[in-house]
Order: sequence, then structure tokens, then C-alpha cells
Amino acid sequence: MDDSIYLDEARDPLIIAEGWMKDGKDVAIATVVETWGSAPRPVGSHLVIDAEGNFHGSVSGGCVEGAVVSEAVDVIGSGKAKMLEFGVADETAWQVGLSCGGRIKVYVERLG
Amino acid sequence: MDPYALKTLNAERRARRAAILVTDLGDGRDRIVREGDQVAGDLGAATARAFRSGNSGSVEAEGRTFFLNAHLPQPRLVVIGAVHISQALAPMARIAGYPLEIIDPRTAFATPDRFPDVALHAEWPEDVLKRQPLDSYTALAAVTHDPKIDDFALKAALDANCFYVGALGSRKTHAKRVERLLALGASAEQIARIHAPIGLDIGAASPAEIAVAVLAQTIYAFRSRGLDTKGAVA
Repeated sequence: MDDSIYLDEARDPLIIAEGWMKDGKDVAIATVVETWGSAPRPVGSHLVIDAEGNFHGSVSGGCVEGAVVSEAVDVIGSGKAKMLEFGVADETAWQVGLSCGGRIKVYVERLG
Repeated sequence: MDPYALKTLNAERRARRAAILVTDLGDGRDRIVREGDQVAGDLGAATARAFRSGNSGSVEAEGRTFFLNAHLPQPRLVVIGAVHISQALAPMARIAGYPLEIIDPRTAFATPDRFPDVALHAEWPEDVLKRQPLDSYTALAAVTHDPKIDDFALKAALDANCFYVGALGSRKTHAKRVERLLALGASAEQIARIHAPIGLDIGAASPAEIAVAVLAQTIYAFRSRGLDTKGAVA
């Protein structure tokens, strides 16, 4: 739990996403919607991504962010939301997986 | 995500009000549910649970899968009185996840020496609360025993609908306090929300034990929000 009682506006992914939107950028929002085992970030955590691949926040300890960012750029282009799953049981585990052994499900959607 | 939903969600979070973003994982449509909004059926039961626990998660309702992302403000504890109980309460509250601030205009009590690493205001509650208003995600414990210091803060806590309001003092002391708060314009219903004598009844004897009782009562009040008010605490 964050110790501050106020939002950390400079680092808060949803605040940053709103700022990007006001600047006219295309934005995708990725959200951890399910976890199994020792997932590094809790359900509800966000990663926000713009069309150039800039991002803020996290959905894991840095293990799968790269893959989520490239999927998010696709989602911005198509406008179609995607459900991504990562974990050691996954076939892509050798490329992008969670070293902690957990599994996570990440929902990626376009803003607007 | 709907841009309007994001703007609304951020506005609620900035204002320290609880909100849940409900997303239909089938079609991607979303909406904001505020605390107190009426939501029917299984989804309503799930949002009520999420507001209490602060936990996010998926739920099946009306044949659809919804993701509930619960955004609760960080609960905090404001203590009126830089006394012995507060010295014990400060580290305990921090460990339990309730950031704490202490207000006491008596500069002999409110010294950094007595309260290392604590947000401490050696000022009158009137002045501090004007700058940093109380809200429904704030708990207030008044422990000075001095009506000149405690009363204003207690009335302010009731008006701000603080999730917990506690006041140190015997039943006799409290009876006199009730009269003063009525004179200040508090309603009998508001006054009934005050926990006095303060703290869960664990037979606390020392200042540190009273601090445990106060913290436990604060946590209980936070986790039973919306279930009942004072009646929930036996």
C-alpha cells in the first residue's frame, strides 16, 4: 500500500494517460486482471502506453512489459482490445515469461 | 476505456473519494461506480464487496464477465493530542498501513524529539484542518482530554463523515462532552458515532495497550464501512 495519502501525479499511470490524451496522443491502457501464484504486481495494476511505445507504470517486475508495449501499439492501431496471458506454463515462456513462476492475465485496451 | 470514464475516475481519486471502474471484458464497455451508487443484482453485491475490501477482480454477473478495478483512497489517521498514547500509536499505525498525523497546539507536547519521523503540527486543530480538511477516508482520535483542543476537531470529524471518530475519556467525561457538542450544533445521531470510551474493549491498561485498542477499532471501522456504523463494534 502506498504510504502517501495523495496521488503521486508525476508517476501515476492513469493521471499520465489522461495528460497524454489531452495532448492529443493515442493511448492504450493495460491492466492486470488476474494473477496466479507469485505474481509481482497485484490485480488492478496499470501500464499505459502511447503510439510511439512510451510507457509508464508496470504490470510485472519488468519481465513482460516489452511484450505488452508492442501488443499495445497494435491495439492502438486496430482499436480492438486484447487479453494477454503470461507465465511459465505459456509456450512463449522462453521469450517472455515470469521468472518468479507466477502467471498473469493482462487486458489491453485503447483509450477512446 | 472511455475517456470520460478515465477523467471521472481521476477526478474521484484526486478528491480522495472511492470509485470502481467496471469493465465488461466481453465488449470492453466501462463505467464508473461511486460509493453509495445503487447497482442491482450480483454486480451490485460485487461492487459493495470491492468497496469494503479495496480488492480488484473479475466477477460473473448476468451471463457476462466484468472486471472491477477498485480505487480506494489511502486511509489515514489524525490524532488530536501529542500524548503518551500517541507516541505508541504513531509507529503502530504506520506499520498497519494507516499514515498518521498528530495535531496539538501545546508546544511542550508536540516536539519532534518526542515524535521522531511523525507528521506533527504544533498548532490548533482549527488551523490545520482548514488547510487539510478531514474526509470519509480519515479516522480521527481525540486524546488530549482538553475540550478546548478536542471539541472543535470532533465536531469537524462528524461533519466530514470520518470513517472513525474516537474520544478519550470516561463515560462521565463523555456525557459532558455530548452536551458541549450538542451546543456546538452536532446532532444526537452524529454524536452517537463517537467511540467513547475510546478503543476496543481489550482491557487496555497502559498507554501502549490503549494505542492497540484504538488502532484495532480504527481498522474494524474501516473494514466494516457501510455495514453499520457504531453498532457493528460490539
